[in-house]
Amino acid sequence: MTNQTTAVSTPASTPRSEPLLSVRGVSKYFPGGSSGLLGRRGKPIKAVDGVSFSVEQGQTLGLVGESGCGKSTTGRVISKLLEPTSGEIRFNGRDIAGLKPREMRAYRSEIQMIFQDPFSSLNPRHTVGTIVGAPFRIQGVKPDHGIKAEVQSMMERVGLNPEHYNRYPHEFSGGQRQRIGIARALALRPKLIVCDEPVSALDVSVQAQVVNLLEDLQQEFGVAFVFIAHDLSVVRHIADRVAVMYLGKIMEIADRDTLYSEPLHPYTHALMSAVPVPDPRKERRRERILLTGDLPSPSNPPTGCVFHTRCQKFREELTDVQQDRCRTELPVLTEKTPGHEVYCHFPAPRAGLTDLLKTGVPA
Amino acid sequence: MIRFIAVRLLGAIVVVWLVSVVTFLIFQIVPTLSHTSPVYYYIGKIPFPPDSIQMKALTHRFGFDLPLYAQYWHFLSGILFGQTITDGVSTPIQCSAPCFGYSFRQHQLVGTMMATAAPVTISMCIGAAILWLIGGVAVGTFSALKPGSLVDRVGMTGSLAAVSLPIFFTGPLLLLIFEYTLGVLPDVSYLPITQDPAQWLRSMILPWVSLAFLFGALYARLTRSNMIETMGEDYIRTARAKGLSRPTVIVRHGLRAAITPIVTIFGIDLGTLVGSTVITETVFNLRGLGYLSIQAIQQSDLPVILGVTIIAAVVLVIANFIVDILYAFIDPRVTVY
Amino acid sequence: MTTPLLAPAFRADGSKRPFLEVKDLRVHFPTADGLVKSVDGLSFELERGEILGIVGESGSGKSVTSLAILGLHKGSNAMVTGEIWLDGREIVAATEEEVRDLRGSEMGMIFQDPLSSLHPFYSVGTQISEAYLVHTKVSKKDAKAEAIRMLEKVGIPNAPNRYNDYPHQFSGGMRQRAMIAMALICQPQLLIADEPTTALDVTVQAQILELIKELHDELNSAVILITHDLGVVAETCDKVLVMYGGQCVEKGLVDDLFYAPEMPYTWGLLRSMPRMDRDRQTRLTPIPGSPPSLINVPSGCVFNTRCPFTDRVDGDKCRTVHPDLQQGATPGHEVRCHIPTAQRQEIWLTEISPNL
Repeated sequence: MTNQTTAVSTPASTPRSEPLLSVRGVSKYFPGGSSGLLGRRGKPIKAVDGVSFSVEQGQTLGLVGESGCGKSTTGRVISKLLEPTSGEIRFNGRDIAGLKPREMRAYRSEIQMIFQDPFSSLNPRHTVGTIVGAPFRIQGVKPDHGIKAEVQSMMERVGLNPEHYNRYPHEFSGGQRQRIGIARALALRPKLIVCDEPVSALDVSVQAQVVNLLEDLQQEFGVAFVFIAHDLSVVRHIADRVAVMYLGKIMEIADRDTLYSEPLHPYTHALMSAVPVPDPRKERRRERILLTGDLPSPSNPPTGCVFHTRCQKFREELTDVQQDRCRTELPVLTEKTPGHEVYCHFPAPRAGLTDLLKTGVPA
Repeated sequence: MIRFIAVRLLGAIVVVWLVSVVTFLIFQIVPTLSHTSPVYYYIGKIPFPPDSIQMKALTHRFGFDLPLYAQYWHFLSGILFGQTITDGVSTPIQCSAPCFGYSFRQHQLVGTMMATAAPVTISMCIGAAILWLIGGVAVGTFSALKPGSLVDRVGMTGSLAAVSLPIFFTGPLLLLIFEYTLGVLPDVSYLPITQDPAQWLRSMILPWVSLAFLFGALYARLTRSNMIETMGEDYIRTARAKGLSRPTVIVRHGLRAAITPIVTIFGIDLGTLVGSTVITETVFNLRGLGYLSIQAIQQSDLPVILGVTIIAAVVLVIANFIVDILYAFIDPRVTVY
Repeated sequence: MTTPLLAPAFRADGSKRPFLEVKDLRVHFPTADGLVKSVDGLSFELERGEILGIVGESGSGKSVTSLAILGLHKGSNAMVTGEIWLDGREIVAATEEEVRDLRGSEMGMIFQDPLSSLHPFYSVGTQISEAYLVHTKVSKKDAKAEAIRMLEKVGIPNAPNRYNDYPHQFSGGMRQRAMIAMALICQPQLLIADEPTTALDVTVQAQILELIKELHDELNSAVILITHDLGVVAETCDKVLVMYGGQCVEKGLVDDLFYAPEMPYTWGLLRSMPRMDRDRQTRLTPIPGSPPSLINVPSGCVFNTRCPFTDRVDGDKCRTVHPDLQQGATPGHEVRCHIPTAQRQEIWLTEISPNL
C-alpha cells in the first residue's frame, strides 16, 4: 500500500498547533414548510446553530444528545454531505468552503462516514467486494496489488472472511454488515471518519465487538473519529472529548473524564441521570432528573437559553431574577476550566449525581 | 384547507389552459405539415384549389389568415363567452358558451353533439367503475387474507386472465352469449336514463361488465398486494392485541389503509377512461364520446376532434383534482397548507 | 374433550396456579429453509404485582414469546405447543375467539415502535376509545371520556384537545404514553411491554419506565418487560429471565442475576456493556461470534459455540448434552449450564465480577 491514496494537496507543513478538524460557528438551517398561496417560506429550521469544536489527529470526539438535537446534521455538514448555512470548517489547515471540485474529491477521500443502519446503508445489489472497492474506483486510486487484494486485506482487517468477497450484504449479520461499512470507510485510509450511531442498531455483545474494532483501527491507522451517539456509556468508552448537543447548540464540551466526573450543565445532568445502570441497588436509590415536556421546535426555539423550558434547575432552584436572565439573555459557550466549556448562565456541579456513577466501588 | 383547495384549483385551471393551447396548436400546425390549409379540415371538402380567390376568401372569413394568437383567442373566447357562427351564406348560428365551434360536416354545433354523446359515455364509465371497484377490492381482499389458498389462486389466476383479455374479445363474447344465444338481453340499444331507465340499464349492463372485468382484475391484484403488506404492519398487530374482532381488524384497520393508494389510481383511471372508450363504444355500438371522436377522425372533422380532446382533458384534470382533495381527507399525514 | 374436575385455577395436583404460568412453550415456524425454533421449551411463572424482565439479543425468541401469550400467532403458520395459563385460563389450546376476549381486557401489550404501532389514519383518541369499546358496553361518548381520562393519567397535557390528534402529530414519548393508555384502558391484569423504550431517547425512556412502574403499582398488575438492555431491567424489574437461542438460560430474582449470575452468557452480557457506574475500562469484553441460527440450533448447550468456559466441563458434554435448567446457588435461581454451581460461583467471584 503506497501513499497514493492520500493524494490530497496538503499544504507543505501543517502547523503543529492547528487541529485536524476545526469547526467554527457552523450553522445549518433547513427551509421551513411553505405556506400561503404563493408558497411563502416559513421560519427556517435551525438544525445546527453555531457550533464550534475541534478534533485532533487520531482522537475521538463524541457528539451526544437526544434525537433532533442536530448531532447527525453536524456530522453530515462536516463530511460535506450537506452545505453549512454559515460558519467555517477547516480541515488539515485549509478552509473547505473554498475547495475546488478536484480538491473536493481529495477531501472526500480523507473524510469518510459510517452510518447507523447496516441494512439500508449498503446497496443490496452490490457484492461486498464492489462496496468496499468503490472508494478506489470513485477516487481513481490504484493500490499496489490491485483493488481486489487491497479490499480482501481490508476485509480481513475488520474481521470479515476475505473469501466472502463476492457475497451480498443480505448474507451477513448486522454486526458483519457494520464491519463492511467500516471496511469501506477505511479503504482509502482517511484521516477522519464520521461515525453516525454506528453501534446503536447492534446487539450488546456485537456492539462491544464493533467498538473494540473501531478502537483498534484508530490505533493502527491513526484515524480521528467524530462519534455520534445517543448512548452516553458507549461515548464515555470511546471518546477522548465529548460535546453534548441540544436543539442545534452545544450545551457542554469537555474532555471525557472531566465531563463524566464533573458535568456542569443541567442538561448533561439530566442525560446522565437517565442512563440506566445494570445495578439494581444503585438504581433503587438513585435520583432521576426527569425532563418535563417535549423538545421545542427547532424552527421556533425558546428565547434566551434554549434549554430553560425543560430545565429542572431553572424550575426548582433559580430565583425570579435569575430565571428572567435565562428567559431573556442568550448564554454563550464559556470556558469554566481549561478545555471545559458550558452554555449556561448558572453552571454548577450537581451533588449526588456523579458519585453514583463515577467510582468503581460496587455498592 | 381552503387554501389547499384554492392552490390545487388554480393548478388545475392552468393545466386545462395549457392543454387547450397545445391541442389548438397541434391542430393548426399538423395540416400545414402536409401542405394543406387547416381550412380544409375545418370546413370539410371544398371544391376550390388552394390558391383560388374563393379559397382566400374562405380563409379570411374563418380567420385563418389572422396571427395564431388571435385565432387562439377567437377559439378560447368562444368557449368562454360563446360566439356567432356564420359561413356567410346560411343564417348565422348563435352558439352560447361553452362553444366548441360548428361541425360543417355534420351541420351541427360541436357542443350539441358532445352533449348528446357525453351521457352515454359517462353512464358507461361510472357504472363500470363502481362495479370494478367493488368487485376488484373484494376479490383482492379475500385473496390477501389467505395468500396461497385456493381462493387466492382462483382469484389471481382469474384476474390474470381478465387483464389479458381485451374488450374487443370479452365484449363480443358477452354479446354472443347474452344477446344472441341466451337472448337474455334481446335489445341493447341505448336510451337515456331519463327516458327509459330499464332500457338504459339493459343497454349498459354488458359494457359495464366487460369494462369492470378488465379494470377490476387490475384492482384485485393491486388490493391484494397492498392488503398483504398492510396486514403485516405493526398497527394491525396492535389492533389484534386490543382484542378487536377479525372483521374489524380486516376492514377498519387493514382495508382502510390498503385502499388509500387505490383511491388515487381510481380517480385517474376513471378520468382516463372517459377519454378512451372508443373500442368499448364501437363493440357495443354506443354513440358516446369515443364513437364521436372516431367518427370525427375518419372524416377529418377538426372542430369535433378539438372539442372531444379538450373535454377528455378537462375530465381527467377534474378527476385528478378531486383525488388530491380526497387524499388530504383520507390520509391525515398529507400536509395541507 | 375432558372437563377438568378441579377449578381451572388449580393444577391437577391441587396446587394453586400462579397468575401467569407458561409451561414448555414452543413456537416453531416452518420455512423454506427449515424449521425455525424461535421458542423452544420455555417455562416461567409470574404473580400479580411482579415485574418480570425478559432479556435477550435479537432473535432470542423474546418477542415471539410475548406474541404467543397474547395468542397472536393464531391464524399464522406458527406451530405453538405447550401451555399458557392466565388466571386459570389456558391460551395455547383456546380458540381465537376465546383469546380475543382476553386481549385488551385481561392482557394488554405495548410495542417497540409506537409510530408504526399506531394506525396512521385514525386519531390517537379514536384508537384508544376503540380499545375500550371492544370490551365495555358503553356509549361512544363515555368511551371518549374514559379515553381522555386515561390520556391525562399517562401524562398527556391538554388531553381533550390532543384526543383528536393523529399519531404523526405526537412526539415519540407521547406516542408511547398513548400506547400505554390504550393497553391499560380496560385495566388488564397482565401488561406485556416489548422493548417499550428502545426507540426512545434516554430522558424519555426514564419517563416511560417511571410511568409503567407507577401504573403497575396502582393496578397491582403483572408486567412482562422485554428488553435487550440490562440497565432497564435493573431499574424496573423484580425477576429476570435471560433468553438465548429460543431457550431460557438463566432466571431468578433481579439481585441474583446482577450480583450472583451463574450462566456464562449472562456474564458475557454484563461484561460486554460499557458501564457508566464503573471506572472506564480500557477495553470491552464482547461475546465472540454471533447469535446461533434458530434452524440449526447447536447441539448440546445452545451457547457452547460462543462460550469461553467450555473447557471447564469434562469431556465434550457442552457440545453433546443439552443441559437442563437447574437450581443454582439459591432457590428460585435457575441456570442452564454444565459447570457445577460451586465452580460457577467461584468463576463469577474471581474472574468475572472484579473485571466488570
